[in-house]
Amino acid sequence: MAQIFHESFNSLAKVSIAVAAVLGGGVVAIAWQANNSNWATDVDVPKEQPVQFSHDHHVQGLGIDCRYCHTSVEDAASAGIPSTKTCMSCHSQIWTNAEMLKVVRDSYAKDQSIPWVRLHDLPEFVYFNHSVHVKKGVGCESCHGRVDQMPLMWKENTLNMGWCLDCHRNPEDVLRPKEDIFAMGYDPVAKYGKTQSELGHELAVANHVKTLTNCSTCHR
Amino acid sequence: MNDQTTDAPMRTELSGKTGKDYWKSLEEYSGTERFKEWLQREHPQAADLLAIAPDRRSVLQLMGASLALAGFNACTKQPEERIYAYAKNPEAMTPGTPLYFATAMPWAGGAIGVLVENHMGRPTKIEGNEAHPASLGSTDSFAQASVLDLYDPDRATSVKRRGRVSTWDDFFGELRPAVTIASSKQGEGVRVLTRGVVSPSVGAQLSALVAAHPKLQVHVWEPIHRDNARAGSMLAFGRDLAVHAHHGKAKVLVSLDGDFLVAGPESVRAAREFAAGRKVRKDKTDMNRLYAVESCTTATGATADHRLAMRAVDVEGFVRRLALRLGVAVQVPQGALDERSQRFLEALAKDLEANKGAALLLPGPWQGPVVHALAHAIHDKLGCIGQTVEMLPPFESFGAEVDNATSIKSLCDDMRAGKVQALVVLGGNPLYDAPADCDFAGALAKVPLRAHLTTHENETSRQCDWLLPEHHYLEAWGDASASDGTVSIVQPLIAPLYNSKGAHDILATMLDKAGQTAYDAVREHWKAKRPDDFEAQWRRWLHDGVVPGTRAKAVAVAAKAIVEPASAAQKGLEVQLRPDPTVWDGRFANNGWQQELPKPISKLTWDNTVQLAPATAKALGVATGDLVEVSIGGRKVVGPAWIAPGHAADSLTIHLGYGRVHAGKVGDGVGFDAYPLRTTAMQWGATGATLAKAGGSMELASTQEHDDYDAFTTEATKRNIVRVRTIDRFKAEPGSLEPGQGHAAHHGPTDIFEKPRTAEMAALKAKKEATGAPLQAYDSRVSEDYQWGMVIDLNACTGCSACITACVAENNIAVVGKEQVMRGREMHWLRIDRYFKGDENDPEMHHQPIPCMQCENAPCEVVCPVGATSHGPEGLNEMTYNRCVGTRYCSNNCPYKVRRFNFLLYSDWATESLKMQRNPDVSVRSRGVMEKCTYCVQRISHARHAAKREDRKIREGEVVTACQQACPTEAIAFGNILDKASRVSLLKAEPHNYGLLEELNTKPRTTFLAKVQNRNPELDGRA
Repeated sequence: MAQIFHESFNSLAKVSIAVAAVLGGGVVAIAWQANNSNWATDVDVPKEQPVQFSHDHHVQGLGIDCRYCHTSVEDAASAGIPSTKTCMSCHSQIWTNAEMLKVVRDSYAKDQSIPWVRLHDLPEFVYFNHSVHVKKGVGCESCHGRVDQMPLMWKENTLNMGWCLDCHRNPEDVLRPKEDIFAMGYDPVAKYGKTQSELGHELAVANHVKTLTNCSTCHR
Repeated sequence: MNDQTTDAPMRTELSGKTGKDYWKSLEEYSGTERFKEWLQREHPQAADLLAIAPDRRSVLQLMGASLALAGFNACTKQPEERIYAYAKNPEAMTPGTPLYFATAMPWAGGAIGVLVENHMGRPTKIEGNEAHPASLGSTDSFAQASVLDLYDPDRATSVKRRGRVSTWDDFFGELRPAVTIASSKQGEGVRVLTRGVVSPSVGAQLSALVAAHPKLQVHVWEPIHRDNARAGSMLAFGRDLAVHAHHGKAKVLVSLDGDFLVAGPESVRAAREFAAGRKVRKDKTDMNRLYAVESCTTATGATADHRLAMRAVDVEGFVRRLALRLGVAVQVPQGALDERSQRFLEALAKDLEANKGAALLLPGPWQGPVVHALAHAIHDKLGCIGQTVEMLPPFESFGAEVDNATSIKSLCDDMRAGKVQALVVLGGNPLYDAPADCDFAGALAKVPLRAHLTTHENETSRQCDWLLPEHHYLEAWGDASASDGTVSIVQPLIAPLYNSKGAHDILATMLDKAGQTAYDAVREHWKAKRPDDFEAQWRRWLHDGVVPGTRAKAVAVAAKAIVEPASAAQKGLEVQLRPDPTVWDGRFANNGWQQELPKPISKLTWDNTVQLAPATAKALGVATGDLVEVSIGGRKVVGPAWIAPGHAADSLTIHLGYGRVHAGKVGDGVGFDAYPLRTTAMQWGATGATLAKAGGSMELASTQEHDDYDAFTTEATKRNIVRVRTIDRFKAEPGSLEPGQGHAAHHGPTDIFEKPRTAEMAALKAKKEATGAPLQAYDSRVSEDYQWGMVIDLNACTGCSACITACVAENNIAVVGKEQVMRGREMHWLRIDRYFKGDENDPEMHHQPIPCMQCENAPCEVVCPVGATSHGPEGLNEMTYNRCVGTRYCSNNCPYKVRRFNFLLYSDWATESLKMQRNPDVSVRSRGVMEKCTYCVQRISHARHAAKREDRKIREGEVVTACQQACPTEAIAFGNILDKASRVSLLKAEPHNYGLLEELNTKPRTTFLAKVQNRNPELDGRA
């Protein structure tokens, strides 16, 4: 009986398997990459806002403290998005007729919210509390990056669970002394002559910082 | 098992059969084969998941497809969201941090003061107000559930004129001339119908209205009224005085066919004071004694040390004899009591005489005037007035003297006679709940202008020209007095959701003060009364939730002789009408939380029934679920029968409030309407009823056998799940068990750390022995700061179920509906098991709340394949919904059956108004995940964050769980068991503290204090 398959089919079969594996793996890898890409996570993507508010200008240029606007960051779960009234506390005096601030003035006059675009959005089953992180020595910069260098705000970190756990497992990597929580461009070596690791360990002991990795720390 | 007691053979099996000591249902009591088979399935309620058995191939297809598709869930890109910050931020509001405001809930002819949790302007949860005398910091289940009514999507949303959307101006435009024309005739032809008036400012408006128009009449109809109590007071004192009982001062309490621990706006305070006199500790062994003489089974009767079941009509004869025995001159009926009742009476009388000045008799509102009058006379005779009871002037702000039945009857007569040109109904639902002989519907049709102010479009508003949306109390300004006269200002927690108004607005228009708001009316009223420094006072009242100095002053009185002649004993079957323990008179019929709340004794949900005693059922040949026709005086209703162990023989009890036709999506067609039996002459019950099978039967959704975990126990292996002791035995030998009783007593729980098997365990043991933190097998990271624990005092639990509704409100627990409850899929994280003990016709009844036990060695944790349930360092058995894949292994392995699985998408994710109620600090669970009690971990987190911010530890009493907060009797203690001075630690050190199934070495963190009964030695055993 004649052979149905030519001998070369052996090689062809092996090659097809290899190609299928590579293609399949490639699809998975691409999907994985896509899911972790900035396109999916919005990391490093500045977003257009109803008012082109510049943290760069207000923080670095004018030296306004984070807490002037984000008032509840030390007291509550939410850092607080400033009300239009907060903007108007200065802008009723300066740049009162600027075209750029028309949205702000209208909001104040009509008592209607400015619809800011949200950058940092945790899933609904995650409960994050700003006040405790600030209290225990996590600086704004550790999560939000160099806000003072962002003309338009972007998201610095993915905020996914693995990223949270990095610090929750090793909090000494980010802890700062209280006076440096709101500082930008903080450098422990330059300021205190200690590495982050040394200083972080000291602060963890002093402030009773624990590695909190049980589920109900964040999920409930 | 959903169809209880439907098989006839079982009825015969039941006779003379004595099963185990404690039982939950008649099936268990008789030990039928069917019941055993039902239990053999590991998860009885989950056994019939699929109606059609699928073949192997389709199972594989479905599994493959789900697996392939499951991955895509994670691949979503977050949609863009907007943040709407305030333009002008309100004072004191921090987004994400709730605020609490004091207000009061007027209801059932009284009021209870509450604190309302408010998230960003949305009231989400009701808590008790410690400063309010009717709350003392707790609430009943009705107050807990009232917040759901606010967001009910079926609420009346706009003014309607004969079904068409209209405006308030149009209505006032029609009302004003009607009043004006009538005013030329002194208001003749204009009538107002209201519920019991507890608002002083509305009372003042009504008085002003009557003063301005002498012929305008105001009628009062509160379906569950206090007409009998008033008439009783008139008999005894010649004037209307309300009893204000001091349950805490009483040593001997007698419930006379009432339900003072659970029913009515004063029940929360009553339960608190009663339980305080009853909690047994190793150094406090004096306790009060409660007797109950009642027809149907109530939570109060279940709590009693001695309970005597008798027909409600016989209670008057019993009380007359008791009064005579105590030296009160009164006529007694002819004949003699049966031997058992006589013995009960004799022992009770001796006990009362021995406790002069410390006795308390509490007749149910449905008992006749003579019973109330005799209770007064006995109080007087025993020197209790001024001690255990205070007599206070009536607290109603208007129409305190009005007899409800007469008032509505005269209104209906006048309407029929064409004397009424305009009728304004303020709240209520008289077309549904007015006495049947009034024929409210027929009479109403004769009125040219009829308007109904109502929160919901209901039976009455459908027959009125004008539907006027009414504020919910959480949207309104107002005031309300509690039964002792204490006034609270009702303040709005949210701007009205719809275009609604309140009674104040309508009355202001009728008083020619159009445009006067409720806020103005209330302030005007109180400013006139308290002019000095009014603004400061007003702010103080709003903050505290009470207006000081408004409590009524006690009146010194002496009882007159009761000359009412005794009527002859009435033979035959009686029928009794009672407010329902969960929907009351029908006003909570459209409230899913209340509908699904198991009733304290029957554990029935979503239905009312004709309750009768096992012996009576046997005589009549009726089984549970059989449709029966009950008729009395030519009026009849048809409903399902329910055999209630402990019910009085020859007596039927039907709860009102069901069978609503126009209640809304939830309440329409649930149960059957018993109001057609109710007439002005027979408002609460009478003999002469007949019961006949109507043919057919229906399934009822009772949770009594769900989550059964003890039913296999026999005498030999008895696990002593509910432990009851007498106080005398307890004094002799404190502890939760009788000596030598039970498995645990023989072997004791095994401690796996006693002989450590591994070096790791030995090291852990050595380390933890030094710190004193508890050892946990599965997790070596143990917090040395906090270990949470709970103790539930079974002696204080009355089974009222406020804790369950509080848990539902706090934890966003979904309502599943009758059909799902019948499959055992109710989602309540906390259930109250009710046990019977002894003979089916006269059992003892015991309640046992079962939340998650938060085992230190939790069996659920080790079987979870995805690590969705894990052990926290503070002893919490944590449930992480977003990890759960729904294998349900954990629930299978839970010895206590406290885990709940979302079989379907139970939470309403679509209705906008319901979203506003949800607690933003707790995840709303979707289908396919397991959930369970978390010890209110969100409240622990809240306290932890506050403590960390202030560099301190969490204080004792800072974390209060929702169930603990609501509990009227403070039966639940929660706290840090490492703090040896904490309340929970002290209670765990009590000799009668015990854990459930301790012999399994689960080391439950939730433990119980055994129930202790104060039996009267005169009554040999139980009487």
